[in-house]
Amino acid sequence: MLSQLRSVVATRIPRRLYSSLAIPQASPNHISFSDAGFLSQSSAQTLRSQELAAQPNVADGTTKSMNLFQAINDALRIALETDDSAIFFGEDVAFGGVFRCSMGLQEHFGQDRVFNTPLCEQGILGFGVGYAAMDATAIAEIQFADYVFPAFDQIVNEAAKYRYRGASEFNAGGLTVRMPTGAVGHGALYHSQSGEAYFAHCPGIKVVIPRSPIQAKGLLLASIRARDPVIFMEPKILYRASVEHVPLEDYELPLDKAEVIKPGSDVTLIGYGTQLYYMEAAARLAKEELGVDCEIIDLRTISPWDRETVFESVRKTGRAVVSHEAPRTNGIAAEVAAEIQSECFLSLEAPVQRVTGWDTHVPLMYESFVIPDVTRNFHAIKKAIEY
Amino acid sequence: MRALHSSMISRDPASLAQSPDAIKTELDFPGSLHAKFTNKLNIVDPSLINPLDIYRVVGVDGNQLDTSFDIDVDKPLAQKMYKDMVTISILDTIMFDAQRQGRLSFYMVNAGEEASAVGSASALKPEDNIFFQYREAGALLHRGFTLKEMMSQLYANKDDYGKGRNMPVHYASKKLNIHPISSPLATQLPHAAGAAYALKMRGQDAIVICYFGEGAASEGDFHAALNIAATRSCPMVFFCRNNGYAISTPSLEQYKGDGIASRGVGYGIDTIRVDGNDIFAVRRATQQARELALKDQKPVLIEAMSYRIAHHSTSDDSFAYRSKREVEDWKRKDNPITRMRKWLEIKGWWSEEAETELRASTRKEVLKAFSSAEKVKKPKIKNIFDDTYEELPEKLKAQRKELAEILDTYPDHYDLSHFENGREGLEEDK
Repeated sequence: MLSQLRSVVATRIPRRLYSSLAIPQASPNHISFSDAGFLSQSSAQTLRSQELAAQPNVADGTTKSMNLFQAINDALRIALETDDSAIFFGEDVAFGGVFRCSMGLQEHFGQDRVFNTPLCEQGILGFGVGYAAMDATAIAEIQFADYVFPAFDQIVNEAAKYRYRGASEFNAGGLTVRMPTGAVGHGALYHSQSGEAYFAHCPGIKVVIPRSPIQAKGLLLASIRARDPVIFMEPKILYRASVEHVPLEDYELPLDKAEVIKPGSDVTLIGYGTQLYYMEAAARLAKEELGVDCEIIDLRTISPWDRETVFESVRKTGRAVVSHEAPRTNGIAAEVAAEIQSECFLSLEAPVQRVTGWDTHVPLMYESFVIPDVTRNFHAIKKAIEY
Repeated sequence: MRALHSSMISRDPASLAQSPDAIKTELDFPGSLHAKFTNKLNIVDPSLINPLDIYRVVGVDGNQLDTSFDIDVDKPLAQKMYKDMVTISILDTIMFDAQRQGRLSFYMVNAGEEASAVGSASALKPEDNIFFQYREAGALLHRGFTLKEMMSQLYANKDDYGKGRNMPVHYASKKLNIHPISSPLATQLPHAAGAAYALKMRGQDAIVICYFGEGAASEGDFHAALNIAATRSCPMVFFCRNNGYAISTPSLEQYKGDGIASRGVGYGIDTIRVDGNDIFAVRRATQQARELALKDQKPVLIEAMSYRIAHHSTSDDSFAYRSKREVEDWKRKDNPITRMRKWLEIKGWWSEEAETELRASTRKEVLKAFSSAEKVKKPKIKNIFDDTYEELPEKLKAQRKELAEILDTYPDHYDLSHFENGREGLEEDK
């Protein structure tokens, strides 16, 4: 929807005064989040997926076209239905949530299980840790990933360490924290952040970022049921824009596996979330203009991440580009690049390229120059090839 | 689901709509539905409001002051409560010295606050869940945590439930429903609210009690917890030990209001302030708070006033910020242990001989537990990696292998003889 808006604006108003910048239609960065090659456009395509086909109830089941927020909503409904101890809470979730992810849940499950909390992130997380510590399932929502920092202590010192300090007799593994993340076109400093690296540095918690509706539902259900605390970050620009045919049944996707979403032989592109859309478009451009065949890997679980899938690919291609929206210094790409050079040293034909946000904040009017778009991913592929 | 719906705050949005006549008369602001209008400007001066009273049952001389009820403590229970307080004070002296001799890395003493811990614990049921701060050893003991279990934790030996990972005094017990203590202050307050909500959802006849000091009450998590516990109607007791100091910071520099109790009222929480040196006042207030929390499914706040006679910890010399005389005065003037002893003597349930006998035998018991725990091996070194996650991720398996390589290449650089199974203790056996 956002991209449609952008195209309308771009054609009608040459110089835009609204507080976000239109991307020229001719630019390769003018992409739509609904036509990425990895999105499942039909029921048949969805059911062909090997991962989904392995789950009996999905293989015979039906699918429905859903966008990302609807897939999240579906997963939450199933999670609450299949686990009597599960509760869902956060700021403004009762009426359906500011991104519509919890629509209809309070009506269906009652206000004891789906409820608003006071506006206090450390309280939401602390409450969730205590609820989960009673061997129950707590699903918390932080309204924007930008506002999770007041709860940082509860996540890092409490949720992450509860099992370790309680020697597994106690744990807060029933806790899942959902939060919208990433740039959205006009979110500026506090509605754009990608804070995954802060959490990926912390042992004891898992960090998961889905790329699409099918992924969001399967990974969220697995996260909620995992007995480790999970930070589940939902790219908010995809809530309405990313649409695919999602199985209606209850299914899970593994939290310890990256996924090769496009096989290739020349360069390995590694990313997650929104970034995969830019990388996929860049790979298409690289094919057209340079004849380069890219392999694309979706990490899915950022921490602990699936090293073997990445190493296997890089040993084959000899080149790697790691991309994320978050700032470069000490970002996820730093970790992935360091491990690649340590494990694939003899296979590497070029230095590992990092395509990331700059080490700045996300400024309102300049967002399109800060996020690592198609152009910058393409440039990195070119550099890796021409090295 | 007992009492769940009736006690839940539910506000139909339609109820906030003004009636057609309201404009002609008075408006109800949604933020305070029951406030009346006034034509007189009055900025509320908190100093003009009387401080909340401190509830007492037994006076400094051991005589019962609140005679409106019979103290429901029989001789065996009274003697156990007294013994628990004395045990803690003896344990404290021995462990403090052990730390000074370098036999223990750290310790925190309880002197002056034994009655808060034992009195409140005596009012709880075994199914109640407890979240401690760290200065409540008396409650731990009274609930059934043994000296052996304590010493195992303090020495981080292989019998320690925390597998030797935590600093001393960070106790836990699954079977006693005592959640693992963590060092960050006040983080356990919102946990307690969440845990109480879990009990409520299960319709369980149990509450959660959460202990904290007046210093911890300055943390944001205190605010977070009281507010969410009140709005979600969580069956629990917040138990504040106001002992006048947070390390070196006197309460005068901690807050300006009427202690912690006055804040409970602000959050819409039933509140009482008690004399923390009076074990019977603490017990009775906790009993009633427990009953109220359970019956009405809501939080209750207790502020127990006391004085931290002890140093903050073994890493603290409190005479750097307060005079010895001040501490001596407090010890002499009033002390929870001597106050209960006087009460016992009035009842005819205690004597000089019993006292001498108790102190000698307890000392022996503590020393025995102490020296046995010291001899027990430390846990297996695989515990470095285990329990970080439910299952060991590949990266941790790889890092464990890395450590194995180091230990095998440089066997003389590390002493593994104290750990169960030595080098072999690193291997997977799950």
